[in-house]
Amino acid sequence: MAEAPATPRSPLAGLAGALAGAQAGGVTLTERPARARLNLRLDPEDEEALAAAAAVLGAALPLAPNTAASAGDRTVLWLGPDEWLVTGPAAEADMLTGALAGRHHAITDVSAMYATLALSGANAREVLMKGCRLDLHPRAFAAGTCVQTALARAQVILHRSGNGQTYEITVRNSFSVYLATWLLDAMAEYRPA
Amino acid sequence: MLWIDCPWCGARPETEYRYGGEAHIARPDPAATDDAGWADYLFMRTNPKGVHAERWMHREGCRRWFNVLRSTVNNEVLAVYPMGAPRPDVPGGEAEGG
Ligand SMILES: [Zn+2]
Repeated sequence: MAEAPATPRSPLAGLAGALAGAQAGGVTLTERPARARLNLRLDPEDEEALAAAAAVLGAALPLAPNTAASAGDRTVLWLGPDEWLVTGPAAEADMLTGALAGRHHAITDVSAMYATLALSGANAREVLMKGCRLDLHPRAFAAGTCVQTALARAQVILHRSGNGQTYEITVRNSFSVYLATWLLDAMAEYRPA
Repeated sequence: MLWIDCPWCGARPETEYRYGGEAHIARPDPAATDDAGWADYLFMRTNPKGVHAERWMHREGCRRWFNVLRSTVNNEVLAVYPMGAPRPDVPGGEAEGG
């Protein structure tokens, strides 16, 4: 028996009030709206598969580690030498499946696996530095950099957006309330009294 | 704290990795191996004082396995190389025992 598609519900719904209060001062925290997320795997030496995926996505799959590509409202994050996370409109899974037919690949819908938080403002880097061991200085972590690492001991995908003003933090749903609560606490000193 | 160069992601702290034990241990054909040979495969490791070839996995990053040559004397990481590649030559890196 077919069931009606479930309406996406944010795992951070219970923190909506706290997040609404985190929109002023030197650093702000916002949850990104729910979007389609696909985990895409294919052979990076299969030029035809790379071209077919790029034609659907409008952007070449980034092949350099710790990088990302964007086209319109679509983002492609490097996750591994043969693995990417595609965030964008929901129609992509079918388009990619068609474009990659007959080629060795895997497409997994992980839309309901993650929440994405956006940390912005002059003090955003200082907040992240409290819980991240990587060098986040712009000379080492330029705009557009995307890494997978630990933030406050939770595994995250940390993407510094193209304009460099925002850090997008993608985290598993089950860690999202913990991480958002940790961030709100780490932000407290930069918020208006 | 060790810092290990993931072949893809670059230098990351040890806490991002999972240790996978000694590298280059080939699984023998069970049908052609006696109990002593199987026990050797399962349990016996070289445990050197010096350069050790071992497997690591970048658990919180790209989740790929790779091999590392590490000195068990001072924890210096001497080489990082892909799964399946032969053990590189490093000074003082001759395998002992085993
Ligand atoms: Zn890695």
